[in-house]
Amino acid sequence: MGLSKEQIAQRIAKEVKDGYYVNLGIGIPTLVANYVRDDISVEFQSENGVLGMGPFPFEGEEDADIINAGKQTITTLPGASFFDSALSFGMIRGQHVDLTILGAMEVAQNGDIANWKIPGKMVKGMGGAMDLVSSAENIIVAMMHTNRAGESKLLRECSLPLTGVGCVKKIVTNLAVLEVTREGFLLLERAPGVSVDDIKAVTEGNLLVSDEVPEMQV
Amino acid sequence: MINKKVKSVTEAVNGVKDGMTFMLGGFGLCGIPENCIQQLVKLNIKDLTCISNNAGVDDFGLGLLLQKHQIRKMISSYVGENDEFERQMLSRELDVELIPQGTLAERCRAAQAGIPAFYTPAGYGTEVADGKETREFNGKHYVLEHAFKADFAFVKAWKGDEAGNIIFKGTARNFNPVMCGAAKTTVVEVEELVPAGSLEPNQIHVPGIFVQRIFEGAKYEKRIEQRTVRKKS
Repeated sequence: MGLSKEQIAQRIAKEVKDGYYVNLGIGIPTLVANYVRDDISVEFQSENGVLGMGPFPFEGEEDADIINAGKQTITTLPGASFFDSALSFGMIRGQHVDLTILGAMEVAQNGDIANWKIPGKMVKGMGGAMDLVSSAENIIVAMMHTNRAGESKLLRECSLPLTGVGCVKKIVTNLAVLEVTREGFLLLERAPGVSVDDIKAVTEGNLLVSDEVPEMQV
Repeated sequence: MINKKVKSVTEAVNGVKDGMTFMLGGFGLCGIPENCIQQLVKLNIKDLTCISNNAGVDDFGLGLLLQKHQIRKMISSYVGENDEFERQMLSRELDVELIPQGTLAERCRAAQAGIPAFYTPAGYGTEVADGKETREFNGKHYVLEHAFKADFAFVKAWKGDEAGNIIFKGTARNFNPVMCGAAKTTVVEVEELVPAGSLEPNQIHVPGIFVQRIFEGAKYEKRIEQRTVRKKS
């Protein structure tokens, strides 16, 4: 039901504005770069030390020394720059990056996010996620509305170990666009063909619904 | 000119011992000190603590030291992509401290720059902040983190000169510059070592004052972890 991962990325791309420096997480967020309007100027930052990331290289032109934070070979665009990890996180903590888009396992109605650890399972690490969520002013979470067991990922309180507290501003799922407010998740848009009741049924956290909730344009 | 050049990797790692703490540059397999790691494997020193963003893959990078059970503790931000690492971690042969990536970089930089500790927002309200001092500045909460202490830093650069001045290429820069001078001894391996005066001073990324030993690596595999390409249309 609802949007595909590509469509989630397509919807989030509308939040990317002219002149933004954007950090994209691994997974759905990476796809956002494919859908940003080409009449605006945007630079993508990868926390391993590059601004102005371009598409994957052509076959045979891969360079082991030019990768993104997902360790994938990439290219750079005119105006790109390289820098060390301390400067990279200086950009992030110093709030010079305008928008951070990342995935999550759980989001709480107060904006808490959990996306790095499941107790009892192999923990790979938080990478740069804790630095990003603790600093960014503008964080959009891209995720499916429910987990594989069909349980809500939008909760009153996160059950998993936290990555950051009170930091998420907006969430785009396969079913809805929601804003985190003091009172809970404010439903801004529905995915095409998805009703408010469908969304209510799989949102454990407090859901605020106005009289008319428009359908997403994707 | 103060000459930092050493003849070989053997001379470069002279003084490494069991139980030491090492910093190793690199992000994934990008910009790792391949030649130094191979030498540490050969020397078979044990009980090492390694500060490195990642832990390599099973058969390359720090994975080579893991295979021989030379590492007792890893301090990293992300340790996926390595089955042997996972096995040793779950069987508790290996101690692992996971810390936020920006905190890892800044703890290196702090050591390099003579700053004993600093406040960062990363990890506030999470288990990373457990047992640590926190403080509020301008309505926001921060965690006190300390500079690392290490015996050796192993750094990989692209080009360097005999004075120890170095230049990095692409994203192989990553943690390498902030580890220079962050340990008691900094060892730099480069793909190309040139005489002093051959590099343009304006282009130097890290000045030789932070470097004790520099040498040209015999061979670089520069393995790609995720080869992603697009087709020419």
